[in-house]
Amino acid sequence: MSPAAEPARAPASVEDRFEYVLRLGDTSLIAAQRLGALLGHGPALEEDLALGNIALDLLGQARLLLALAGRIEGRGRDEDALAFLRDAGQFRNMALAEQPDGDFAETIVRQCLLDAWRLETYESLAGSQDRELADIAEKALKECRYHWRFSAGWLVRLGDGTAESHARTCAALEKLWRFTDELLSADALDARMAVCGIGPAPALIRERWETRVSAALAEAKLERPAHRHYPWHGKRGVHTEHLGHLLAEMQFLPRAYPGVSW
Amino acid sequence: MNEDWMLYEVFIRARSGLEHKHVGSLHAADARMALEHARDTYTRRQEGVSIWVVRSSEILASDPAEADALFEPARDKVYRHPTFYAIPEEVKNL
Repeated sequence: MSPAAEPARAPASVEDRFEYVLRLGDTSLIAAQRLGALLGHGPALEEDLALGNIALDLLGQARLLLALAGRIEGRGRDEDALAFLRDAGQFRNMALAEQPDGDFAETIVRQCLLDAWRLETYESLAGSQDRELADIAEKALKECRYHWRFSAGWLVRLGDGTAESHARTCAALEKLWRFTDELLSADALDARMAVCGIGPAPALIRERWETRVSAALAEAKLERPAHRHYPWHGKRGVHTEHLGHLLAEMQFLPRAYPGVSW
Repeated sequence: MNEDWMLYEVFIRARSGLEHKHVGSLHAADARMALEHARDTYTRRQEGVSIWVVRSSEILASDPAEADALFEPARDKVYRHPTFYAIPEEVKNL
Protein backbone atom coordinates (compact mmCIF):
# COMPACT_ATOMS: atom_id res chain seq x y z
CA MET A 1 0.00 0.00 0.00
CA SER A 2 1.37 3.41 -0.88
CA PRO A 3 1.65 5.93 1.94
CA ALA A 4 -0.98 8.11 0.29
CA ALA A 5 -3.54 5.32 0.36
CA GLU A 6 -2.91 4.56 4.02
CA PRO A 7 -5.79 5.63 6.25
CA ALA A 8 -4.84 8.68 8.28
CA ARG A 9 -3.96 7.80 11.86
CA ALA A 10 -6.29 9.56 14.21
CA PRO A 11 -4.21 11.24 16.94
CA ALA A 12 -4.69 9.67 20.36
CA SER A 13 -6.79 11.66 22.81
CA VAL A 14 -5.17 13.23 25.87
CA GLU A 15 -7.25 10.94 28.11
CA ASP A 16 -6.05 7.83 26.28
CA ARG A 17 -2.40 8.83 26.37
CA PHE A 18 -2.61 9.74 30.04
CA GLU A 19 -4.26 6.43 30.97
CA TYR A 20 -1.83 4.43 28.89
CA VAL A 21 1.30 5.99 30.38
CA LEU A 22 -0.22 5.59 33.86
CA ARG A 23 -0.50 1.84 33.26
CA LEU A 24 3.21 1.62 32.59
CA GLY A 25 4.27 4.05 35.31
CA ASP A 26 2.03 2.59 38.00
CA THR A 27 3.13 -0.97 37.25
CA SER A 28 6.77 0.04 37.75
CA LEU A 29 5.97 2.10 40.84
CA ILE A 30 4.03 -0.66 42.61
CA ALA A 31 6.65 -3.27 41.72
CA ALA A 32 9.36 -0.95 43.10
CA GLN A 33 7.42 -0.53 46.35
CA ARG A 34 7.02 -4.31 46.72
CA LEU A 35 10.73 -4.94 46.17
CA GLY A 36 11.71 -1.98 48.33
CA ALA A 37 9.79 -3.52 51.23
CA LEU A 38 12.13 -6.52 51.03
CA LEU A 39 15.21 -4.47 51.89
CA GLY A 40 16.91 -6.00 54.89
CA HIS A 41 14.94 -9.23 54.41
CA GLY A 42 16.73 -10.73 51.41
CA PRO A 43 17.97 -14.31 51.80
CA ALA A 44 21.57 -13.06 51.67
CA LEU A 45 23.29 -9.69 51.77
CA GLU A 46 24.11 -9.93 48.07
CA GLU A 47 20.49 -10.73 47.10
CA ASP A 48 19.30 -7.88 49.27
CA LEU A 49 21.47 -5.50 47.25
CA ALA A 50 20.33 -7.02 43.96
CA LEU A 51 16.63 -6.64 44.81
CA GLY A 52 17.24 -3.11 46.07
CA ASN A 53 19.04 -2.19 42.84
CA ILE A 54 16.14 -3.49 40.79
CA ALA A 55 13.65 -1.62 42.97
CA LEU A 56 15.58 1.60 42.33
CA ASP A 57 15.65 0.97 38.58
CA LEU A 58 11.89 0.50 38.62
CA LEU A 59 11.37 3.57 40.75
CA GLY A 60 13.42 5.59 38.27
CA GLN A 61 11.26 4.30 35.40
CA ALA A 62 8.10 5.09 37.36
CA ARG A 63 9.31 8.59 38.01
CA LEU A 64 9.97 9.33 34.33
CA LEU A 65 6.68 7.76 33.25
CA LEU A 66 4.52 9.46 35.87
CA ALA A 67 6.17 12.81 35.15
CA LEU A 68 5.31 12.26 31.47
CA ALA A 69 1.73 11.31 32.40
CA GLY A 70 1.45 14.53 34.41
CA ARG A 71 2.66 16.60 31.44
CA ILE A 72 0.22 14.85 29.11
CA GLU A 73 -2.65 15.46 31.51
CA GLY A 74 -1.71 19.13 31.75
CA ARG A 75 -3.42 19.78 35.06
CA GLY A 76 -0.32 20.54 37.08
CA ARG A 77 0.12 17.12 38.71
CA ASP A 78 3.75 16.04 38.91
CA GLU A 79 5.08 12.51 39.54
CA ASP A 80 4.82 12.94 43.31
CA ALA A 81 1.19 14.05 43.17
CA LEU A 82 0.37 11.08 40.97
CA ALA A 83 2.25 8.58 43.14
CA PHE A 84 1.16 9.76 46.55
CA LEU A 85 -2.18 11.52 46.20
CA ARG A 86 -4.27 9.00 44.27
CA ASP A 87 -6.37 6.26 45.84
CA ALA A 88 -6.34 2.59 44.84
CA GLY A 89 -9.19 2.93 42.35
CA GLN A 90 -7.19 5.51 40.41
CA PHE A 91 -4.12 3.32 40.05
CA ARG A 92 -3.67 1.62 36.70
CA ASN A 93 -0.95 -0.94 37.48
CA MET A 94 -1.22 -4.55 36.41
CA ALA A 95 -2.65 -6.53 39.33
CA LEU A 96 0.34 -8.90 39.19
CA ALA A 97 2.65 -6.11 40.38
CA GLU A 98 0.69 -5.57 43.62
CA GLN A 99 0.75 -9.24 44.68
CA PRO A 100 2.56 -9.72 48.01
CA ASP A 101 6.22 -10.73 48.14
CA GLY A 102 5.35 -14.05 49.81
CA ASP A 103 8.31 -16.40 50.05
CA PHE A 104 11.35 -15.92 47.83
CA ALA A 105 9.89 -18.21 45.15
CA GLU A 106 6.78 -16.04 44.94
CA THR A 107 8.84 -12.89 44.68
CA ILE A 108 10.94 -14.39 41.90
CA VAL A 109 7.98 -15.79 39.94
CA ARG A 110 6.15 -12.46 40.13
CA GLN A 111 9.25 -10.57 39.00
CA CYS A 112 9.97 -13.05 36.25
CA LEU A 113 6.48 -12.90 34.71
CA LEU A 114 6.47 -9.10 34.94
CA ASP A 115 10.05 -8.66 33.76
CA ALA A 116 9.34 -10.63 30.60
CA TRP A 117 6.30 -8.47 29.88
CA ARG A 118 8.14 -5.23 30.62
CA LEU A 119 11.12 -6.22 28.50
CA GLU A 120 8.99 -7.08 25.45
CA THR A 121 6.75 -4.04 25.93
CA TYR A 122 9.63 -1.57 26.18
CA GLU A 123 11.40 -3.24 23.28
CA SER A 124 8.37 -2.34 21.17
CA LEU A 125 7.81 1.05 22.79
CA ALA A 126 11.35 2.07 21.85
CA GLY A 127 9.87 2.54 18.35
CA SER A 128 6.75 4.36 19.56
CA GLN A 129 5.33 7.35 17.70
CA ASP A 130 5.41 9.15 21.04
CA ARG A 131 9.02 10.33 21.11
CA GLU A 132 9.11 10.95 24.86
CA LEU A 133 7.72 7.51 25.61
CA ALA A 134 10.17 5.96 23.15
CA ASP A 135 13.09 7.68 24.90
CA ILE A 136 12.01 6.42 28.31
CA ALA A 137 11.54 2.89 26.94
CA GLU A 138 14.98 2.92 25.37
CA LYS A 139 16.63 3.97 28.61
CA ALA A 140 14.63 1.44 30.65
CA LEU A 141 15.38 -1.39 28.25
CA LYS A 142 18.96 -1.86 29.45
CA GLU A 143 17.72 -2.14 33.01
CA CYS A 144 14.95 -4.52 32.00
CA ARG A 145 17.40 -6.87 30.27
CA TYR A 146 19.30 -7.21 33.52
CA HIS A 147 16.10 -7.67 35.54
CA TRP A 148 15.10 -10.54 33.29
CA ARG A 149 18.55 -12.09 33.48
CA PHE A 150 18.32 -11.92 37.27
CA SER A 151 14.79 -13.24 37.73
CA ALA A 152 14.97 -15.90 35.00
CA GLY A 153 18.31 -17.06 36.44
CA TRP A 154 16.66 -17.53 39.81
CA LEU A 155 13.63 -19.22 38.28
CA VAL A 156 15.90 -21.88 36.82
CA ARG A 157 17.92 -22.18 40.01
CA LEU A 158 14.78 -22.65 42.13
CA GLY A 159 12.78 -24.74 39.68
CA ASP A 160 15.70 -27.05 38.93
CA GLY A 161 17.02 -26.91 42.48
CA THR A 162 16.01 -28.94 45.52
CA ALA A 163 12.66 -30.72 45.99
CA GLU A 164 11.69 -27.93 48.39
CA SER A 165 12.59 -25.07 46.04
CA HIS A 166 10.88 -26.84 43.13
CA ALA A 167 7.65 -27.36 45.12
CA ARG A 168 7.60 -23.75 46.29
CA THR A 169 8.19 -22.42 42.79
CA CYS A 170 5.39 -24.61 41.40
CA ALA A 171 3.06 -23.29 44.09
CA ALA A 172 4.01 -19.70 43.30
CA LEU A 173 3.41 -20.26 39.58
CA GLU A 174 -0.01 -21.78 40.29
CA LYS A 175 -0.87 -18.83 42.48
CA LEU A 176 0.29 -16.05 40.18
CA TRP A 177 -0.36 -17.42 36.70
CA ARG A 178 -3.95 -16.16 36.65
CA PHE A 179 -2.64 -12.59 36.75
CA THR A 180 -0.66 -12.99 33.53
CA ASP A 181 -3.72 -12.80 31.29
CA GLU A 182 -4.08 -9.10 32.07
CA LEU A 183 -0.56 -8.43 30.82
CA LEU A 184 -1.23 -10.07 27.49
CA SER A 185 -4.91 -9.44 26.73
CA ALA A 186 -5.48 -6.13 25.02
CA ASP A 187 -8.47 -4.10 26.08
CA ALA A 188 -9.98 -1.26 24.05
CA LEU A 189 -7.36 1.24 25.18
CA ASP A 190 -4.44 -1.06 24.30
CA ALA A 191 -5.99 -1.57 20.87
CA ARG A 192 -6.47 2.16 20.26
CA MET A 193 -2.88 2.90 21.29
CA ALA A 194 -1.61 0.24 18.89
CA VAL A 195 -3.70 1.69 16.04
CA CYS A 196 -2.24 5.18 16.48
CA GLY A 197 1.31 3.82 16.64
CA ILE A 198 2.01 4.67 20.28
CA GLY A 199 1.59 1.25 21.89
CA PRO A 200 2.83 -2.13 20.64
CA ALA A 201 0.67 -4.59 18.72
CA PRO A 202 -0.83 -6.71 21.53
CA ALA A 203 -0.55 -9.99 19.59
CA LEU A 204 3.18 -9.40 19.20
CA ILE A 205 3.74 -8.91 22.94
CA ARG A 206 1.77 -12.05 23.74
CA GLU A 207 3.74 -14.11 21.23
CA ARG A 208 7.14 -12.87 22.42
CA TRP A 209 6.21 -13.18 26.07
CA GLU A 210 5.02 -16.76 25.53
CA THR A 211 8.27 -17.68 23.78
CA ARG A 212 10.45 -16.10 26.42
CA VAL A 213 8.58 -17.45 29.44
CA SER A 214 8.09 -20.93 27.97
CA ALA A 215 11.82 -21.27 27.37
CA ALA A 216 12.60 -20.21 30.94
CA LEU A 217 9.98 -22.60 32.37
CA ALA A 218 11.37 -25.48 30.33
CA GLU A 219 14.92 -24.77 31.49
CA ALA A 220 13.63 -24.56 35.07
CA LYS A 221 11.86 -27.91 34.67
CA LEU A 222 8.55 -26.29 35.57
CA GLU A 223 5.14 -27.12 34.14
CA ARG A 224 3.27 -24.28 32.55
CA PRO A 225 0.05 -23.83 34.59
CA ALA A 226 -3.32 -24.18 32.85
CA HIS A 227 -5.04 -21.04 31.62
CA ARG A 228 -7.25 -19.41 34.21
CA HIS A 229 -10.14 -17.05 33.82
CA TYR A 230 -9.03 -13.62 34.83
CA PRO A 231 -11.42 -11.52 36.94
CA TRP A 232 -9.11 -8.59 37.82
CA HIS A 233 -8.44 -5.53 35.74
CA GLY A 234 -5.79 -3.57 37.58
CA LYS A 235 -5.08 -1.58 34.45
CA ARG A 236 -8.67 -0.33 34.55
CA GLY A 237 -8.54 0.38 38.28
CA VAL A 238 -10.12 -2.86 39.53
CA HIS A 239 -7.53 -4.19 41.97
CA THR A 240 -7.03 -7.03 44.40
CA GLU A 241 -7.30 -6.21 48.10
CA HIS A 242 -3.51 -5.97 48.40
CA LEU A 243 -3.11 -2.60 46.68
CA GLY A 244 -4.91 -0.60 49.39
CA HIS A 245 -2.60 -1.93 52.09
CA LEU A 246 0.47 -1.23 49.99
CA LEU A 247 -0.65 2.35 49.31
CA ALA A 248 -1.46 2.96 52.98
CA GLU A 249 2.18 2.35 53.77
CA MET A 250 3.65 4.01 50.69
CA GLN A 251 1.55 7.17 50.89
CA PHE A 252 1.46 7.69 54.63
CA LEU A 253 4.20 10.30 54.92
CA PRO A 254 3.19 12.74 52.16
CA ARG A 255 -0.45 12.47 53.21
CA ALA A 256 0.19 12.95 56.92
CA TYR A 257 2.61 15.81 56.28
CA PRO A 258 1.46 17.56 53.08
CA GLY A 259 4.26 19.31 51.23
CA VAL A 260 6.97 17.76 53.37
CA SER A 261 10.44 17.52 51.79
CA TRP A 262 13.95 16.44 52.75
CA MET B 1 23.85 -17.87 54.76
CA ASN B 2 23.17 -21.17 53.08
CA GLU B 3 26.06 -23.58 53.49
CA ASP B 4 25.79 -24.45 49.77
CA TRP B 5 26.97 -20.98 48.89
CA MET B 6 30.63 -20.63 48.11
CA LEU B 7 33.02 -17.76 48.55
CA TYR B 8 34.17 -15.97 45.39
CA GLU B 9 36.86 -13.34 44.93
CA VAL B 10 35.92 -10.38 42.76
CA PHE B 11 38.19 -8.46 40.38
CA ILE B 12 37.03 -5.28 38.65
CA ARG B 13 38.56 -3.45 35.70
CA ALA B 14 37.88 0.23 36.29
CA ARG B 15 38.43 1.36 32.71
CA SER B 16 39.44 -0.16 29.40
CA GLY B 17 43.19 -0.65 29.30
CA LEU B 18 43.61 -0.96 33.06
CA GLU B 19 44.15 -4.24 34.85
CA HIS B 20 41.52 -6.07 36.89
CA LYS B 21 41.99 -5.31 40.57
CA HIS B 22 40.85 -7.33 43.53
CA VAL B 23 37.98 -5.47 45.21
CA GLY B 24 36.59 -7.98 47.69
CA SER B 25 34.71 -11.22 48.03
CA LEU B 26 31.13 -12.42 48.15
CA HIS B 27 28.96 -15.51 48.49
CA ALA B 28 27.07 -17.16 45.65
CA ALA B 29 25.63 -20.55 44.72
CA ASP B 30 27.30 -20.68 41.30
CA ALA B 31 29.56 -18.70 38.99
CA ARG B 32 26.76 -16.93 37.16
CA MET B 33 25.22 -15.78 40.41
CA ALA B 34 28.64 -14.65 41.59
CA LEU B 35 28.97 -12.44 38.52
CA GLU B 36 25.54 -10.93 39.14
CA HIS B 37 26.28 -10.38 42.80
CA ALA B 38 29.57 -8.77 41.89
CA ARG B 39 27.78 -6.45 39.51
CA ASP B 40 25.20 -5.54 42.17
CA THR B 41 27.66 -5.25 45.03
CA TYR B 42 30.75 -3.69 43.48
CA THR B 43 29.72 -1.74 40.37
CA ARG B 44 26.71 0.21 41.65
CA ARG B 45 28.64 3.46 41.47
CA GLN B 46 30.15 2.91 38.02
CA GLU B 47 33.31 1.37 39.41
CA GLY B 48 33.94 -0.88 36.47
CA VAL B 49 33.62 -2.01 32.86
CA SER B 50 34.56 -5.66 33.37
CA ILE B 51 34.29 -8.22 36.15
CA TRP B 52 36.18 -11.42 36.94
CA VAL B 53 35.05 -13.80 39.65
CA VAL B 54 37.14 -16.70 40.94
CA ARG B 55 36.25 -19.36 43.47
CA SER B 56 38.25 -18.47 46.58
CA SER B 57 39.07 -22.15 47.07
CA GLU B 58 40.77 -22.18 43.63
CA ILE B 59 43.31 -19.63 44.77
CA LEU B 60 46.60 -20.99 46.04
CA ALA B 61 47.92 -18.59 48.66
CA SER B 62 51.40 -18.32 50.09
CA ASP B 63 51.76 -19.49 53.66
CA PRO B 64 52.30 -16.59 56.10
CA ALA B 65 54.65 -18.90 58.05
CA GLU B 66 56.90 -18.97 54.99
CA ALA B 67 56.92 -15.21 54.61
CA ASP B 68 60.51 -14.93 55.85
CA ALA B 69 61.80 -17.51 53.42
CA LEU B 70 59.86 -16.03 50.53
CA PHE B 71 60.29 -12.31 51.03
CA GLU B 72 63.20 -11.62 53.35
CA PRO B 73 65.92 -12.42 50.77
CA ALA B 74 64.76 -9.49 48.62
CA ARG B 75 65.14 -7.00 51.42
CA ASP B 76 68.89 -6.31 51.06
CA LYS B 77 68.91 -6.26 47.25
CA VAL B 78 68.08 -2.64 46.70
CA TYR B 79 70.07 -2.74 43.45
CA ARG B 80 67.05 -4.45 41.91
CA HIS B 81 65.24 -1.14 42.03
CA PRO B 82 66.20 0.95 39.01
CA THR B 83 67.22 3.88 41.19
CA PHE B 84 70.89 4.03 40.21
CA TYR B 85 70.37 5.34 36.72
CA ALA B 86 70.79 8.97 35.89
CA ILE B 87 67.71 10.07 34.01
CA PRO B 88 68.42 12.28 31.02
CA GLU B 89 66.83 15.70 31.23
CA GLU B 90 64.94 15.18 27.98
CA VAL B 91 62.97 12.30 29.44
CA LYS B 92 59.79 13.58 30.96
CA ASN B 93 57.05 11.80 32.85
CA LEU B 94 59.06 8.74 33.75
